Amino acid sequence: MQETNDDIQRIYEDPRFKELVAKKSGFANLLSVIILGAYFAFILLIAFDPKLLGIPVVEGSPITWGIPMGVGIILLSFLLTGVYTLRANGEFDNLTKEVLSEVQK
Amino acid sequence: MIARAVLATALLAASSALLAGEAMTGEVQKQATNWTAILMFLAFIVGTMGITKWAAKRNTSTSDYYTAGGGITGFQNGLAIAGDYMSAASFLGISALVYSSGYDGLIYSIGFLVGWPLILFIIAERLRNLGKFTFSDVASYRLGQTEIRLLSAFGSLVVVAFYLIAQMVGAGKLIQLLFGLDYMVAVVLVGVLMIVYVFFGGMLATTWVQIIKAVLLLSGASFMAFMVLKSVNFDVVKMFSDAIAIHPKHDAIMAPGGLVSDPISAISLGMALMFGTAGLPHILMRFFTVADAREARKSVFYATGFIGYFYILTFVIGFGAILLVMTNPEFKDAAGAIVGGTNMVAVHLASAVGGNVFLGFISAVAFATILAVVAGLTLAGASAVSHDLYACVIKGGYTKDGGRATEDDAMRVTKITTLALGVVAILLGIIFEKQNIAFMVGLAFSIAASCNFPVLLLSMYWKDLTTRGALIGGALGLLTALVLTILSPTVWVDVLGNTSAIFPWKYPALFSVTTAFVGIWFFSITDKSKAAQEARAKFIPQFVRSQTGLGAAGASAH
Repeated sequence: MQETNDDIQRIYEDPRFKELVAKKSGFANLLSVIILGAYFAFILLIAFDPKLLGIPVVEGSPITWGIPMGVGIILLSFLLTGVYTLRANGEFDNLTKEVLSEVQK
Repeated sequence: MIARAVLATALLAASSALLAGEAMTGEVQKQATNWTAILMFLAFIVGTMGITKWAAKRNTSTSDYYTAGGGITGFQNGLAIAGDYMSAASFLGISALVYSSGYDGLIYSIGFLVGWPLILFIIAERLRNLGKFTFSDVASYRLGQTEIRLLSAFGSLVVVAFYLIAQMVGAGKLIQLLFGLDYMVAVVLVGVLMIVYVFFGGMLATTWVQIIKAVLLLSGASFMAFMVLKSVNFDVVKMFSDAIAIHPKHDAIMAPGGLVSDPISAISLGMALMFGTAGLPHILMRFFTVADAREARKSVFYATGFIGYFYILTFVIGFGAILLVMTNPEFKDAAGAIVGGTNMVAVHLASAVGGNVFLGFISAVAFATILAVVAGLTLAGASAVSHDLYACVIKGGYTKDGGRATEDDAMRVTKITTLALGVVAILLGIIFEKQNIAFMVGLAFSIAASCNFPVLLLSMYWKDLTTRGALIGGALGLLTALVLTILSPTVWVDVLGNTSAIFPWKYPALFSVTTAFVGIWFFSITDKSKAAQEARAKFIPQFVRSQTGLGAAGASAH
């Protein structure tokens, strides 16, 4: 299939395409801000106040706040990629198929 | 203020371990020849050579060669990405860092992981929808082919070169340690095997070598972590308490040490790791091996899972080494230091929890790991030369698209380049044996973050990007990263032996990434040429394709 300029213009003006772009970009931006925020907050905390992460989670426990926070960022990364993949491969891809079906008829 | 700057510099001096772990630095002693390890490694070689032979038969076109025909599944690609990204030096280096400083090892791992979600959210699917073989395809999609391909091929080759040197030197030292082979023999062996995989098997063989290596490394590391936890009756609190009691730094190992100190270096390092991962050519290339955007997303999801899991394992392994290696005189020399250096603690732990056979297994896995990483790098370098420089720049494209490069010619150039890269890698490995290469992986990430990443990102997202802007801004980013690294403590003081650095921070990314973005922006908006208008006009078709996959290169028929 070779797409034509007409097809492209039609897709670009299709309200469903605009909806797809708005939803997908909004979601991707939100998740990017979450992971960037979490990581740089973590790094800045280490740079400005490293002692804070050395405080035990419970008085007398060897486990410090740094452990759940560090492991938390690893789990958060995995979780966010899962959430995005699930929504993009379902909802967004269905929307994409609808948009494309318009020009592939 | 001055006191603060002095303090920052002092702390920086203490943090030289960061990124160095990735490069396996320091003196190593050659160990006794380990026959179990050699036999296991031979089994790996025989298996992967079989795969290479099978792959060679299936490679009939350039698309097969560079992208495995686009037929790799998301799950397989996720494993292969993990195999491409988890280097032997990071396995040994991070566990060694945990062993010697505790919590700092975790900070280091997190930096290497957090780039992945970002790749998924902003890069992966647009890259897959727009590109064919290399990320330069995407960067040059609506810009001047010659200029942008030259820039991004150059960016790729520089990143590949520094990364490759670090891996080759690491490989030589590691194999000396694990197998008792000579440094020279080890480097030549790695170079030759890497050439064979890439030369004959292309992306298909490289992918399977990476998948097998990922599975072996993850299983080996899982077993070690399991045995460590078993030794404390699966009581994590006991594991930490015992480690605090044994370790000479005591409870300091549960808090950040001197690894990340002043805010500028911290942010700079964070930017290099996050954006650098999204600009590594051998990683970006992996997204063209899957059929579509859907599989590309799955690839990142699985890769993030595997890499994150691996880093958690190395943390446990590092603590396990404090419990089981630090206390065992068998692993220490007369002076009380770890036999073979601190980087060997994970290997000693393997012997402590699994005996000689498991030690052999882990050594063989470490060797396999090096091969998988260097094969991926070589393939990325070869594709930059043959696809970007030869076919697209010199010959003006492939014959089927109206250019003058035939598939056969492009393949021939690829194979010559692969051979040349292999020989160059061996030579560089030998030349840099005694050099301090701790800065090289950091430099590779900084350049990837300051040249490849801004150009790629803006080419997909910013309508007003022009060829002139991308070319000048990208080149400025690359140069800034290079010059500031040379002037930084890691090279100016540690390598060149000056007493104080001209650029006081260890990582240039904060400055060089900013320079790149500002440069690209300024030289784009002031560009009133006809070419600039054309590039802007092509944004809508590119945008539609990047969002929907309309007209994207699909899987080839088999």
